[in-house]
Amino acid sequence: MSSIHLHYDVPGDDFTRAGEASTGVKRKLKQLGYNPDAIRRVSIAMYEAEINMVIHANGGVADVEIYPDRVDIEMKDTGPGIPDVEKAMQEGYSTAPDNVRSLGFGAGMGLPNIKKYSDQMRIDTEIGKGTNMYLSIHVKE
Amino acid sequence: MDRFFHSVTLDADKCLGCTNCIKRCPTEAIRVREGKAKIISERCIDCGECIRVCPHHAKKAKSDPLSIIENWKYKIALPAPSLFGQFNNLDDIDIVLTGIKQLGFDDVFEVSRGAELVSDATRKLMNAGVLKKPVISSACPAVVRMIRVRFPDLCDHVLPLNAPMEIAAWIAKREAAQKTGLPLSEIGAFFITPCPAKVTDIKVPIGNQKSNLDGAIAISEIFPRLSHCMDKLTEIEPISQSGVIGVSWAGSGGESAALLDEKYLAADGIENVIRVLEELEDERIRELDFIELNACSGGCVGGVLVVENAYVAKARIQRLRKYLPVSQNHLPGEVPPSMRWEEELEFAPVLKLSSNLEEAMRMMEEIDTICGELPGLDCGSCGAPSCRALAEDVVKGVARKSDCIFVMREQIQNLANTLSSIGGFVPPSHGEKKEKK
Repeated sequence: MSSIHLHYDVPGDDFTRAGEASTGVKRKLKQLGYNPDAIRRVSIAMYEAEINMVIHANGGVADVEIYPDRVDIEMKDTGPGIPDVEKAMQEGYSTAPDNVRSLGFGAGMGLPNIKKYSDQMRIDTEIGKGTNMYLSIHVKE
Repeated sequence: MDRFFHSVTLDADKCLGCTNCIKRCPTEAIRVREGKAKIISERCIDCGECIRVCPHHAKKAKSDPLSIIENWKYKIALPAPSLFGQFNNLDDIDIVLTGIKQLGFDDVFEVSRGAELVSDATRKLMNAGVLKKPVISSACPAVVRMIRVRFPDLCDHVLPLNAPMEIAAWIAKREAAQKTGLPLSEIGAFFITPCPAKVTDIKVPIGNQKSNLDGAIAISEIFPRLSHCMDKLTEIEPISQSGVIGVSWAGSGGESAALLDEKYLAADGIENVIRVLEELEDERIRELDFIELNACSGGCVGGVLVVENAYVAKARIQRLRKYLPVSQNHLPGEVPPSMRWEEELEFAPVLKLSSNLEEAMRMMEEIDTICGELPGLDCGSCGAPSCRALAEDVVKGVARKSDCIFVMREQIQNLANTLSSIGGFVPPSHGEKKEKK
């Protein structure tokens, strides 16, 4: 099956650029005339993952594969890892620093939202090594 | 009427084929071809940015001439509240309204009266909890058209109520029919407009099959004669029946303030509007009830068919509304059907590459490849607003890669290299005998 591959470097040193990758993916999907519900879920899930990567892991890389019936997203960072994934998945749980909270981030809804909007989600994380997140969003007719 | 009729048009004689407008258009709807700007009809939202930026005044808004009113027996003028900000030292709206009648109108009905009813209806619907939050204002037709072509998920957030001018015209015509005994068909209602998008909205409305208005006359067209009439008035009729709420709709923030609810946002200027829509679409804006968006900076006072600077006009309106009652128009009960849209706002995907997804994906890959081979300067010399837009046009088959002067230069360079290498060629029959090694 044909697909389109997109690659983004997500810089960790400039918080003001966080969200650019997911916005770029959204623009492409719209131009493709992709299913609007899937576009919405991809942009929200990827945005949350991207913000997390910038806040907690000093950035990373995002690889997106667009298929006619689904979008696969892989987000990789070399950050501190997530000590307790189960806890991190709880709504309202957050370890974000105060400076980003004052911008409205760090409400503890990042991972719960990613889970809510994606059809498949897998987190591979290792303390001190980094975190890989795999997401798949399917087109539902 | 063509679904994509536009008020914004080109005066080909004045167009020099410069690239100012193509770079400013928020929907990339303009290309320069054969020395003239060409508007891609289905993409244009009539925001008027190209009119504002064109240094040669080649972009125009096709509004109606004042003489159009002669076709109706009874003529009603419906001035937008932004009109009141055009006059220096004005302290009474009735001077403007009486002056308008001198232009040949039988009656004047302020659009700000319709605005107060829309505000009342919005408050009622929001309190009833029947609208999807955040509710997006439908007052600016350029914004509604932008949402229609670019933001499918936001279509059902748009306030499904008629704009103030429609409601004002509906009431004005019925009042006139009752007063004169004339049939509605002989009563003409004309909007005195600050903007081309309203002209379009009267010709091809969104939300309704047919507009209640019969024409739109630009503020800039009547301004000189109107100021003259206003100077000559000997008597001022007490016509005005609107308050602070209605008149404040002239500027950005007026419609939201009228909701008496702090959970709102008001953005103006088309670029800012797009940014807010993008964030709304990604659900990044939470906990707000109402979103007011105006395509023009400053709101309607910043329309391209006004004569005064938007901020000066806004300051004047602030002064003018000082002694007005809060509101003079109220809905007696439920929101009547005449105020509601007949049809839902439907997404029009004019920007997508192809209706076939596989085909669109193939095209996008080609666009990405071509885009990578272009210089990325977005200079506009090819007639497209950016290198990416040229790549899209190439893939769609409406432009060539060599329309790019840098690609062309490279091709000439290659050609020159080939020529020079051929130029140094000596056939073996004429050359020196090669030494054997």
